[in-house]
Amino acid sequence: MEKVMSSESSKKMHPHKFTLWIAIGSITMMFAGFTSAYIVKSNQAGWQPVQMPKIFFLSTVLILASSLTIYLAQKAMSAREMAKYRTLISTTAVLGLAFVVTQFFGFSELWQQKITFKESVAGSFFYIITGVHALHVIGGVIALAVLFSRAYSSKTKFYSSTPVETAGLYWHFVDILWVYLFVFFLLVS
Amino acid sequence: MSSEATHVQQQTLTVPHETHVEIHHGHHHETFLTKYVFSQDHKTIAKQFLITGMFWALIGGLFSVIFRLQLGFPEAKFPWLEMLLGEWAKGGQLQAEAYYALVTMHGTVLVFFVLTAGLSGTFSNFLIPLQVGARDMASPFLNMLSYWFFFTASIVMLSSLFVQTGPFSGGWTAYPPLSALGEASPGSKVGMDLWLVSMALFVVSSLLGGLNYIATVLNMRTKGMSMTRLPLTIWAFFFTAVLGVLSFPVLLSGFILLIFDRHFGTSFYLSDIYINGQALPNEGGSAILYQHLFWFLGHPEVYIILLPAMGMASEILSVNSRKPIFGYMAMVGSLFAITILAFLVWAHHMFVTGLNPFLGAFFVLLTLLIAVPSAIKVFNWLTTLWKGNIRFTPAMLFAMGFVSLFISGGLTGIFLGNSSLDIHLHDTYFVIAHFHIVMGVASMFGMFAGIYHWYPKMYSRYLNNTLGYIHFWVTMIGAYLIFWPMHYEGLAGMPRRYYKFDIWESFKHFGTLNQFISIVSIIVFLAQILFLVNFFYSIWKGRKVTTQNPWGANTLEWTTPITPGHGNWSGEIPEVHRWAYDYGKDGKEFTTQTTPVSADESKH
Repeated sequence: MEKVMSSESSKKMHPHKFTLWIAIGSITMMFAGFTSAYIVKSNQAGWQPVQMPKIFFLSTVLILASSLTIYLAQKAMSAREMAKYRTLISTTAVLGLAFVVTQFFGFSELWQQKITFKESVAGSFFYIITGVHALHVIGGVIALAVLFSRAYSSKTKFYSSTPVETAGLYWHFVDILWVYLFVFFLLVS
Repeated sequence: MSSEATHVQQQTLTVPHETHVEIHHGHHHETFLTKYVFSQDHKTIAKQFLITGMFWALIGGLFSVIFRLQLGFPEAKFPWLEMLLGEWAKGGQLQAEAYYALVTMHGTVLVFFVLTAGLSGTFSNFLIPLQVGARDMASPFLNMLSYWFFFTASIVMLSSLFVQTGPFSGGWTAYPPLSALGEASPGSKVGMDLWLVSMALFVVSSLLGGLNYIATVLNMRTKGMSMTRLPLTIWAFFFTAVLGVLSFPVLLSGFILLIFDRHFGTSFYLSDIYINGQALPNEGGSAILYQHLFWFLGHPEVYIILLPAMGMASEILSVNSRKPIFGYMAMVGSLFAITILAFLVWAHHMFVTGLNPFLGAFFVLLTLLIAVPSAIKVFNWLTTLWKGNIRFTPAMLFAMGFVSLFISGGLTGIFLGNSSLDIHLHDTYFVIAHFHIVMGVASMFGMFAGIYHWYPKMYSRYLNNTLGYIHFWVTMIGAYLIFWPMHYEGLAGMPRRYYKFDIWESFKHFGTLNQFISIVSIIVFLAQILFLVNFFYSIWKGRKVTTQNPWGANTLEWTTPITPGHGNWSGEIPEVHRWAYDYGKDGKEFTTQTTPVSADESKH
């Protein structure tokens, strides 16, 4: 069955990966909803924009780096270099967590500047949009943790590249989504 | 999840149709729990959606009967109501707050739980793998999750009916500030929180379902099943899923902002509000913003409800006219056009809520454009029927009833689509009449048509025909008797959502008309009970199906065994050689999709 499967998958995308592509479209719509709401609101009277915290530049570097490591992890997997694969996968997860942590620092920095839910509409948008994105990153970290534990489990020899490809696709997506949000907030505010 | 679950999933997923691997799902142990409860078989999940949907239809329908009693007989006392509803109907009279709660729940339940989950959840699940020739969905596990998210959403929504302050009562659209402020009304307290949680779960369920439907249609078709050979049902389910996947997330983002407004002091939707003489601190929000986010889903939602009914009606009309569907590509094209336009017309729900009138003009144009693909579809249905050798099965009657309702409800849409006419007609019974006929009842008819037509495939038994005919005629005549008079009331300016009209001299003469509508709605409700009896009785006691293809249809689901197991086909998945509509071709009554094209065959 494995053999037939590989000949099949060379022609067609794996259904899981394909489903993820559609899910990406769906998540994109969610953020399109958020950011268009932001644009609509920012054109109304009484709008006070929020300055992006400096640490978010570091977040951007971290998540870009993590995209690179997961790309390398995929290559390592296809070359069957499992030790390297495991290191890279865990590096990616750690970078992802670091990203979330820097986001959190950014939030508390803003909060201390009296940009709270009650005080600032722009700030509320900012927290929610980036917060929902951070939740998506955490989802990705969980997926990576599953892959990671699978790679260490001695019971199963798991050489299918689909899970890591799917996870990689998702990871690149949250990365690109962040870059979009980052540029969006820089330009609109 | 258990390794067994992933095991099954791997198998059904990875076996391509060309291979000769037989799927015998008996080889691993199937317990009652995995077979009927946490099933990953798309056919069982479809039945779960259907029966949960029917439960909700009963509740939502009963609610409408109760508030129709209030509207028809505002002065009468019904002691049994107090027994049923307690505090809500003190002294046998429905309280105003309870009335609003019932109206809200009727809308929410019917739109989302019955006509979205119950309709596309049932038939997309049931028919997509069977008609495209797949063993199951792209991801049976996600499919199962989709149902259980819906089930959890149902439990949460149901529980909101029993909280002390009552369920949410601010209308199914949940506009802020009413929905955002707990102080605004009793229903906006914990009832609204439960409503939001339930709806968020529901959105997740819809998304999981939709992802699967799209992936299955695009990836899992059997050999020879090109996109243009797909039955129109599948095209309709496909576009429905696309609409859902792209619009539900926007609703979710609107809900997230609403949750923050309710509980975390943000002001996305709130500004300059006084409540009981107290000024609220919220500033800088806009209630219109919610309406944009809501209707960006809300309008596609109308088509999420309607497209499956259109697809099933197309299939059933063709099968029972014994004629090919007229204008197959035009049907697909018009579905596509409707899908695109559905995203571009949301603001026609907001003509009078403070939308820029200049912007309104564009939305009028785009809205009226929908008449074009809709008219194409109607024309094609009528020409499919034309000179057909029509078999008047209950399914066929419901499909024809669907076309009738779609025409009469669609025509009033042309009135409402004009922003200037909307100044007079908005929020009147004219709107109620319009959307109930074109979206509510018409889609219910599509659903009934689907149930009567595919019941033999679902349960290997037939529904009782006589009860089916009674059900059809009572519902058909009743639907028109209920909603037709509402057009007059609406043109006269009678507003919707009102508890009583006794202070208006101008609506006094509608008193008896309202009584008439209420009585008919009770009769129609009883006819639905008859249908439910028929449905459950026939599962166990109905006439058995003895032939594989009882309707003489061309599509693939009738090539499966009479009672298909998990995996659908016991042997190889059949190969497809032609489109699904070769009826009456070359003197043959029907030619199934699996019949190879012979050399001397004429072209279609």
